Amino acid sequence: MSNLDKLEDKKALPAGEDLGGAKQEFNITVYTENQIGLLSRIAIIFTRRKINIDSLNTSPSEIESIHRFNIVITESEDVVRKLSRQIEKQIEVLKVYYHTNEDVIWQEMALYKVPTDVIAEKASVERLLRENGARAVVIRKDYTVFETIGHREETDALIKVLQPYGLIEFVRSARVAIIKNSDGFNSKLREFERLEPGEDVIENEYLNKGQKVFSM
Amino acid sequence: MEVAQQEPITDTAKQKSVEVSGSVALLEALIAEGVDTIFGYPGGAIMPIYDALYDYSDKLNHILVRHEQGGTHAGQGYARTSGKVGVVFATSGPGATNLVTGLADAQIDSTPLVCITGQVFAHLLGTDAFQETDVINITTPVTKWNYQITDANEIPEVLAKAFYIARSGRPGPVLIDITKNAQIQKFNFTGYTPCHHIRSYRPKPIVRQQYIQEAAELINSAKKPFILFGQGVILGSAEQEFKAFVEKSGIPAAWTVLGAGAIPTNHPLNVGMLGMHGNYGPNVLTNECDVLIAIGMRFDDRVTGRLDKYAKQAKVVHLDIDPAEIDKNVKTTVPVWGDCKETLPLLTQLMVQNDHSAWLQKFRDYEQKEIEAVINQELNPGTGEMTMGEVINQLNLLTGGEAVIVTDVGQHQMVACRYAQLNKTRSNVTSGGLGTMGFALPAAIGAKFGAQDRTVVAVIGDGGFQMTLQELGTIMQTGVDVKIMILNNRFLGMVRQWQELFNERRYSFVDIQSPDFVQLAKGYGIAGKTITDRDDLQGALKEMLDHKGSFLLEVMVTKENNVFPMVPQGCSVSEIRLK
Repeated sequence: MSNLDKLEDKKALPAGEDLGGAKQEFNITVYTENQIGLLSRIAIIFTRRKINIDSLNTSPSEIESIHRFNIVITESEDVVRKLSRQIEKQIEVLKVYYHTNEDVIWQEMALYKVPTDVIAEKASVERLLRENGARAVVIRKDYTVFETIGHREETDALIKVLQPYGLIEFVRSARVAIIKNSDGFNSKLREFERLEPGEDVIENEYLNKGQKVFSM
Repeated sequence: MEVAQQEPITDTAKQKSVEVSGSVALLEALIAEGVDTIFGYPGGAIMPIYDALYDYSDKLNHILVRHEQGGTHAGQGYARTSGKVGVVFATSGPGATNLVTGLADAQIDSTPLVCITGQVFAHLLGTDAFQETDVINITTPVTKWNYQITDANEIPEVLAKAFYIARSGRPGPVLIDITKNAQIQKFNFTGYTPCHHIRSYRPKPIVRQQYIQEAAELINSAKKPFILFGQGVILGSAEQEFKAFVEKSGIPAAWTVLGAGAIPTNHPLNVGMLGMHGNYGPNVLTNECDVLIAIGMRFDDRVTGRLDKYAKQAKVVHLDIDPAEIDKNVKTTVPVWGDCKETLPLLTQLMVQNDHSAWLQKFRDYEQKEIEAVINQELNPGTGEMTMGEVINQLNLLTGGEAVIVTDVGQHQMVACRYAQLNKTRSNVTSGGLGTMGFALPAAIGAKFGAQDRTVVAVIGDGGFQMTLQELGTIMQTGVDVKIMILNNRFLGMVRQWQELFNERRYSFVDIQSPDFVQLAKGYGIAGKTITDRDDLQGALKEMLDHKGSFLLEVMVTKENNVFPMVPQGCSVSEIRLK
């Protein structure tokens, strides 16, 4: 086991101490079966406590039929741990991890639709787009669609830049995040595919730690 | 259906396939799961299932309830006394929404239920069709699992999952919504295979020897250890294992409302009830013990009172099957994850045979104070109007503690839980977590079907009885033998008590009038009696218990009695009041 799993690993963020009380952004990663209704089953765990979901991405994982949710909320670690356990309790949820922003590499993608004539006429706009790492996806006579990928501030910055030049439409994706300190869940996911999973998978992973996990 | 009549499909169909309707496959699945009793109410969208049921009435005893909520509570009562999964049928729309209270009750009290609801034809889903409601979304927060079947081929597998999920791990309610087309559709039924594994579902965590060891060391070295036990002991059928643990370790043990009866009331190490209206000693000494051993309980706020003043001095060992309960309310020193039927014997093995008689004596000293300040007056008032406590006390004397006591919600519930003598496990059926008024009458019906050889006494207040009294019709029609005892104080007593204590006696809408309950019972062909005099109590209780069939006994009790002790809301358990 790597120590990617904060549900199990209290060394990184001890319960009731350090980050226990302070609110910050957490990235919750949920591996699930592909099941109708599961999205609302997971969502109500947050709404029940009146917690807003800042960002939600759900898409198929590397294993067929298993989906990966990336959920971002701003809460204390104590609450995030409780939420994660309640999510993991759902029948069709395979595994839940949670991480701070420092523990993940994350990106959001944004699309911007701008009038093509403005771009073509004003060289400064082209420069601004390049400076902001934007890439043209579609170029038509009437409009051009650019994309950027980055953190919220970066995609926000380009909105400000393009606003004076007649930004027609903007959309931003939810956040996707890769966990830094992880051997990956890939091998374990493959075990879930088998009818009789190995020890490591059926093991209660909360307890899969040498050190004393729980302390007063 | 013709096929089903000729031979039981499940016995023969392992190899060959038989063409049957979804409805027949459903009923075959129930039989294969050992279901013998169904509580239900028919309606348009579940008619194909009821049509199939017509041919199965020799194998499946369908109890026609008078309201779907009553169906769920009856299913709960059945599950609680029998240890089996309660099964409930209801139709779509209002039938299904009427299940919600019972589902929520079963969810919070971990009661295994499988509810089958009819649904409109699949092609009508989402069109606001007649009696269409989005049952799956309505019931998601109050079910352990739910699923909508739109194709008959899914029925055997989904039903197998439903029963497995409802009864395994921490039990809970499951709802299966079946569209009408799937009930009618013929398909090749190849037999029923029970489910024992779902890859994403781990019903119980693997037991860790390391934590057993740490827990044992902590408990063995404790000077003032204290056990809190809940329904987990009963749900895990671990009463024997629990008793062995308590007796070897010699540790005083107190129970939550739902844990009552896991060891007999008169066991020498049973020190009483926890929580808001629990016993004096267990509440006060929670804040004096050095090691708190919580077994199959979840530190409900009615048990803990104010959390930041709850057992702060103690190290906490928490045995629970549900990982989400660990650290949810009270921070744990050693988490003993797992099924207590497995963990308790491991722990007992490592226990040093011990005797904590001096510590136990402290509980008994507090008990003495409680007896003098509260219990004597409640159980033996001598003069004046009758109290609820003396009725329960008299009942104990007559049943010898052998009866199943089903309670509703309110003052009478607290009094019954405090004073009822329970010799056996699965003797206490009540709505603990949700506090559902109207629970007792239908739950008592189910409880009797789940334990036909036992006496079932429903203790109900005059308010709660009026919430589900239509189930008298179910009693009438089935002839089920339920003893109904209404403790009538002509008030919504618990709310009145709070208004008296905390709202300067501003009795806002707690003055409730009742019909003539005995006449009402008579209308349903149920014998009954009202008593107001203490002198009649014993005789009337005896008459009720000896009566062949159901009997309604209304006991007029004192109007403005309060349940004490009491931990006022927002107070610490050690601030428990005796008056």
